[in-house]
Amino acid sequence: MYIILVGAGKVGWNLARELIDKKHEVTLIENSFERYQAVEQELEHNVQYGDASELWVLERAGISRADMVIAVTGDDEDNMLICQVAREKYLVERIIARVNNPRNREWFELLGVKPYVSATDLILRLLEHEVPDYGLVHLLNLDEERLEIIEMSLADNSPVTGKRVGDLDLPEGSLLISVLRGRQGFVPGPDTVLEAGDEVLAVLDPGLEEDLKVFFGSDGAE
Amino acid sequence: MFVLIVGCGRVGSSVARNMLREGHDVSCLDEDPEAHARLEVGLDQSWEDLGGSFTVGTALEVDALTEAGIEGADVFIASTNGDNTNIVIAQIAQRRFNVPKVVARILDPLRAEWYQKQGVQTICPTRVAIEMLEGAVREAASNAAGGNGASATEGEG
Repeated sequence: MYIILVGAGKVGWNLARELIDKKHEVTLIENSFERYQAVEQELEHNVQYGDASELWVLERAGISRADMVIAVTGDDEDNMLICQVAREKYLVERIIARVNNPRNREWFELLGVKPYVSATDLILRLLEHEVPDYGLVHLLNLDEERLEIIEMSLADNSPVTGKRVGDLDLPEGSLLISVLRGRQGFVPGPDTVLEAGDEVLAVLDPGLEEDLKVFFGSDGAE
Repeated sequence: MFVLIVGCGRVGSSVARNMLREGHDVSCLDEDPEAHARLEVGLDQSWEDLGGSFTVGTALEVDALTEAGIEGADVFIASTNGDNTNIVIAQIAQRRFNVPKVVARILDPLRAEWYQKQGVQTICPTRVAIEMLEGAVREAASNAAGGNGASATEGEG
């Protein structure tokens, strides 16, 4: 694949190195001359100096034949617009944008710049997973398909402990898909009896999280 | 008409003053509190006393845009000192807040032209400067040609 990477910060430089190792053709574009010189010592002709917000800089890098554009500068506006132009003007099929400030996610979506990666969000996701009393962990969001998978752990006083799965009257639009007990995970049948401390995974329509949290009396639910 | 101007530098502040004088409601948003002083250059009353409003905030923050009144804006002008900011906020004004008239100042002629085709009204001061400078050279050339009587360039311009 031919990949254009924009922004030779820590992320961009390392990514370029990894992609070159994997035998991809890579051009890294950096707009600070000092940084460019440092990176050029190692990456040589794989790095170009210039402001990738400018169309001619992208064209010089050969954007018309690029299979993918990845914008990982420290500036959200740059990342958004580079990807927007790559997709809409140069018809690049795959783009990836870095989000620096999670509050800008809405604008990436508004301009049709997807997928995007936010380090803050990734760490928050992990934090949710590591902090047990948060009550509910998003494992997967399928925005296009309008489905989510969440994980909850059942508190001692959960209304469903001791009940058979077959007897549960789950909120419509949700389904229990697995139970983690101790270190074991299994797919529950109608005769599975839920226990306090079980971690349950459910698939659901977006918006049902709170209903399910109450239904399962998960830790952290009021 | 209610005009929201984001970016209150030399261009934004002049447009703001003139539009207020012409009887429009004008609100300005700038991240620099000092920009307010620029609005009052040449005025003998304060900007607020004359009916204008001024908000300090970042143009990408919904709260700042809302406080500056974007939801009721008839015209949105993106005139910060950054092309990228102007292009992004113009699209936000158009797509998210459905402002009927959105104009963005873009210095880079190539992108000004492309975004214009995408439906964002753009003003490119660089393009105007290029045309005027070229015009000045052509005019000088044609005067010189005229002064020299018949020459190789006769008949041009």
